[in-house]
Amino acid sequence: MTEFKHFRIERGQQGILWLLLDYEQGETNILSSGLLDEFNAVLDYLTRMQPTGLALGSAKKRGFIAGADVKEFTRISGFEDAHAMLCRGQQVMNRIEALPFPTVAVINGFCLGGGLELALACNFRVAMDDRSTRIGFPEVKLGIHPGFGGTVRSIRVLGPLVAMNLMLTGRTVDARKAQKIGLIDHAVPARLLRKSAEEVILHPARERRPRLWIKALNRQPLRSVVSTQMIKQVAKEAKREHYPAPYELVELWRRYGGNEKVLMDEEAKSVARLSTNPTARNLVRVFMLQDMLKSGADKSLICPAHVHVVGAGVMGGDIAAWCALQGLKVTVQDTNRAGLAKALQRANKYLTRRFRGRKHLANAVMDRLIPDERGLGVGTADVIIEAIFEDIGAKQSLYRELEPKARSDALFATNTSSIRLENLSQGMRNPDRLVGLHFFNPVAKMPLVEVVRSPQTLPDVVEQAMAFARHIDKLPVIVSSSPGFLVNRVLMPYLLEAVNMLEEGVPKTVVDHAATDFGMPMGPIRLADTIGLDVCLFVAGILSRDLGLEVPERLRQLVDKGSLGRKSGSGFYRYRNGEIVREKEPAYPGELASIQARLVKCLTDEAKACLQEKVVENSDLLDAGIIFGTGFAPFRGGPLHYLQGQGDLAQN
Amino acid sequence: MTVSTRGIPQKGRPVYIIDGSRTPFIKVRGGPGPFKALDLGILAARPLLLRQPFGPDALDELIAGCVSPAPDEVNIARLVALRLGIGQTIPAWTVQRNCASGMQAIDSAWRNVRHGYSDLVLAGGMESMSQAPLLFSEKMVRWFSRLQASRSLSGRLKVLSGFRPGFLVPVIGLLKGLMDPIVGLSMGQTAENLATRFGITREQMDAYAVESHKRLFVARESGFLGEIESSYDSSGNFYEHDDGLRPDSSVEALAKLRPVFDRRFGNITAGNSAQVTDGAAWVLLASETAVEKYGLSPMAEIVDTQWAALDPAEMGLGPVHAVIPMLSRHKLGPDQIDYWELNEAFAAQVLACLSAWKNSQYCSDEFGLSSAFGEVPHERLNVDGGGISLGHPVGASGARIVLHLARVMNRKKAQKGVATICIGGGQGGAMLLKNAAG
Repeated sequence: MTEFKHFRIERGQQGILWLLLDYEQGETNILSSGLLDEFNAVLDYLTRMQPTGLALGSAKKRGFIAGADVKEFTRISGFEDAHAMLCRGQQVMNRIEALPFPTVAVINGFCLGGGLELALACNFRVAMDDRSTRIGFPEVKLGIHPGFGGTVRSIRVLGPLVAMNLMLTGRTVDARKAQKIGLIDHAVPARLLRKSAEEVILHPARERRPRLWIKALNRQPLRSVVSTQMIKQVAKEAKREHYPAPYELVELWRRYGGNEKVLMDEEAKSVARLSTNPTARNLVRVFMLQDMLKSGADKSLICPAHVHVVGAGVMGGDIAAWCALQGLKVTVQDTNRAGLAKALQRANKYLTRRFRGRKHLANAVMDRLIPDERGLGVGTADVIIEAIFEDIGAKQSLYRELEPKARSDALFATNTSSIRLENLSQGMRNPDRLVGLHFFNPVAKMPLVEVVRSPQTLPDVVEQAMAFARHIDKLPVIVSSSPGFLVNRVLMPYLLEAVNMLEEGVPKTVVDHAATDFGMPMGPIRLADTIGLDVCLFVAGILSRDLGLEVPERLRQLVDKGSLGRKSGSGFYRYRNGEIVREKEPAYPGELASIQARLVKCLTDEAKACLQEKVVENSDLLDAGIIFGTGFAPFRGGPLHYLQGQGDLAQN
Repeated sequence: MTVSTRGIPQKGRPVYIIDGSRTPFIKVRGGPGPFKALDLGILAARPLLLRQPFGPDALDELIAGCVSPAPDEVNIARLVALRLGIGQTIPAWTVQRNCASGMQAIDSAWRNVRHGYSDLVLAGGMESMSQAPLLFSEKMVRWFSRLQASRSLSGRLKVLSGFRPGFLVPVIGLLKGLMDPIVGLSMGQTAENLATRFGITREQMDAYAVESHKRLFVARESGFLGEIESSYDSSGNFYEHDDGLRPDSSVEALAKLRPVFDRRFGNITAGNSAQVTDGAAWVLLASETAVEKYGLSPMAEIVDTQWAALDPAEMGLGPVHAVIPMLSRHKLGPDQIDYWELNEAFAAQVLACLSAWKNSQYCSDEFGLSSAFGEVPHERLNVDGGGISLGHPVGASGARIVLHLARVMNRKKAQKGVATICIGGGQGGAMLLKNAAG
């Protein structure tokens, strides 16, 4: 049989051919230009072979196809270049669709973006019913939409409502859900995947098509009516200036949805336009930054099986639950039984939601999450994470107690949010083993972990901490043990400036609005409430000494009054059952733009200072830290990247 | 001495109790409690394993007693083992000897270690009596099957019309379990038999019950119940203590309760019976090899065990029948035993055992002894309370008393102790322990 670089061909039963994607340059399949080019040769070969049918699967252990090659995106020079690339992709998909024998995509694990477009070009799709299987169109998260004919084929197979929903939200679905909505034909257990694919070929059924009334939505005038509704939905989620892709996608469908051939041509043009737009470029940058953080650690440096967390407060409890969810055995030490009980309750609530009907999976996590009043887990743990309240004395005496009990090769970490490690490690037998693993609240949502390195910390320990963060699926960034580390330090002047503005008479809703208009996920005043005003005050106190920040009186007054933010029911805003009580935005005569500029300047100035002082190694790591640690407008590419863009603008 | 010598054990390796733990015993207060039997087993075992110097995969097997696991808890021992994460390759099996299931698990583990089949075994028991099921009546089940079987519409209508509201009266699984189907007596009624036979009065029973609560209270306040591990549910609650304890219990208050088994003229009330509770208890057994390999410190050695059977209508005398042959074999009298744990199913039943042991007629008739076996002093029996004050989760109690006896012997630096239990259906079990704490 002919040899290919990225493909393997095997014979199945009764003249069926198996085409297995085996991307040469990595552990996961991506549709790189090289692979797509070779696909053409493969298709020539297949056409000559005239098999009974073709089963298209993956030779990789992990997943079917992860999508297009994002790296190639960064090298696109302009519209023409992008357009040519998209047309090449479309061509391959069209050729697969036109094959004169039945084709089935065999999905084992993730099937994303271009991978799903490829699967949709086949007549049938079967997927492994397994937790690893996720199917969807995440393109919108990179500022584009499907461009290899995916809009055309998903609408054809699913109808416009479901198809557009998948493409607009970028959400992924599991195999069962995919079967339910018609995206695949059969969700089958792994043991039957191969057999089901061959049977689908040998006894081809009718291809999936939406019901008649759903198809009717694809015709005018209904299409216009529906698309108007879609735009309204999209507008609730994102602004057009910030995220043009979903708007363009709806527009594309509204104008050309009635004619598949035209839609195909226009799809390529639309994606070519979007991919050269700064939003897409910045979102791709964020994707690459994420990859950079992931590859910055060598997972093989540590093999954690048991984590011991000290402190069952919100952070400690949630860190423990997260580690258990990632498959580790976790002991949570706290003498306060009520605190332990609450931590377990929170974990159970989260897991019940996450695993919905599959109680045995939630149980398995809860079984690994062990309350430990007496600290029995210290002596056997591979990793120890201290997450008690922020008090130097308490932490130091705790370390004196823990260190002799801990294994000498255990990773010994603190989740301190602002205290310098050099101060904490005083009194330890081996101060050079203390490293920071600073998580962010809520732990399950925030991907970043600051790995804090003091001048004493051993380099091996830092590397192990990085590796551990990857084992629990977090994005680690190394920061120096300086006040507030990176994220809190950059955030704090911005929060305080926002509070100062209130004292100047700017309404809080206006301040928050200015920030969300810039693209922040939440305004600074609300963010302060969410973090907890007492925590803000504490961190601000520490930073004020070292950075000369002034702590606004207003903040202190609220904390003294017991208004601690969301957790106490009132802070700057009021809260009912943890939900903010919406307030009307009062008319404000001043200029929103100047408020916004002042707020953003705080962030960028502090970011610059951090880079100068080498809190992080380089500007990319800094941008990554701020994006993944604060949710800083990802489409801006990070504070320093944004600043650079502004500078370029000014020069031009 | 004409005691039967049947089944005198062969020589074997010494077997040590290394450690043990249990959940608090949680009183059933109407409706299912917070934990299933499986949960209880996991909650009690997790901290126990956590504090061992060996990894959980060092265990050779796990043996658990449970009288009524839920329908989805078949071979509950294996489920506990898997959910504890001790490894898929470690065998686990479930034993059932009614009220002595937990003791049976220890006995089975003891035999395997003694004869060299295992070196390290986790054994114990668990029961969630609050989760005992409500069952459909037999009439309802038959009606259902007829409905399922009928194919035609007219047939179905006919079956449907045969439905009677009375079919819906549920069968309470727990009560079925506490009923002896051979002699047609509830467990309480078998204890009434003993009260009559040995002339035990209501006042004596109530006084015994009050003392049980007092002892448990003192033990709790003195920190003598260190085997209890706080148990956390997933709704934000935790349980630290045996919650059936009533430190304010008094003879006057108990006198007001009505008899529940032989209503009206009986003597046995909820106040002088074991409480219906949920709980689990484990002990870790090890051979000398394992003790040396992992540097373990034994609490006690299990020297011998004994099972006996008798008339189900007098099941409460089971301990009498198990203890006498076991101690006779070792040429020991009651005065040479420092501490006793005799599971309190009913105050009347405990008092009947004490009476029987010092009754020369009974000892002569039943065991052919020339004189009474002897007196087991109340001061050395159940020193920290028992089933009446802390409850009797049937699958767990047998393991609890063995564990607690070992702890009492360590605390008092005593030499020998006996743990014994009566078993519904007319059996008794006993274990002889020797202090092994250096």
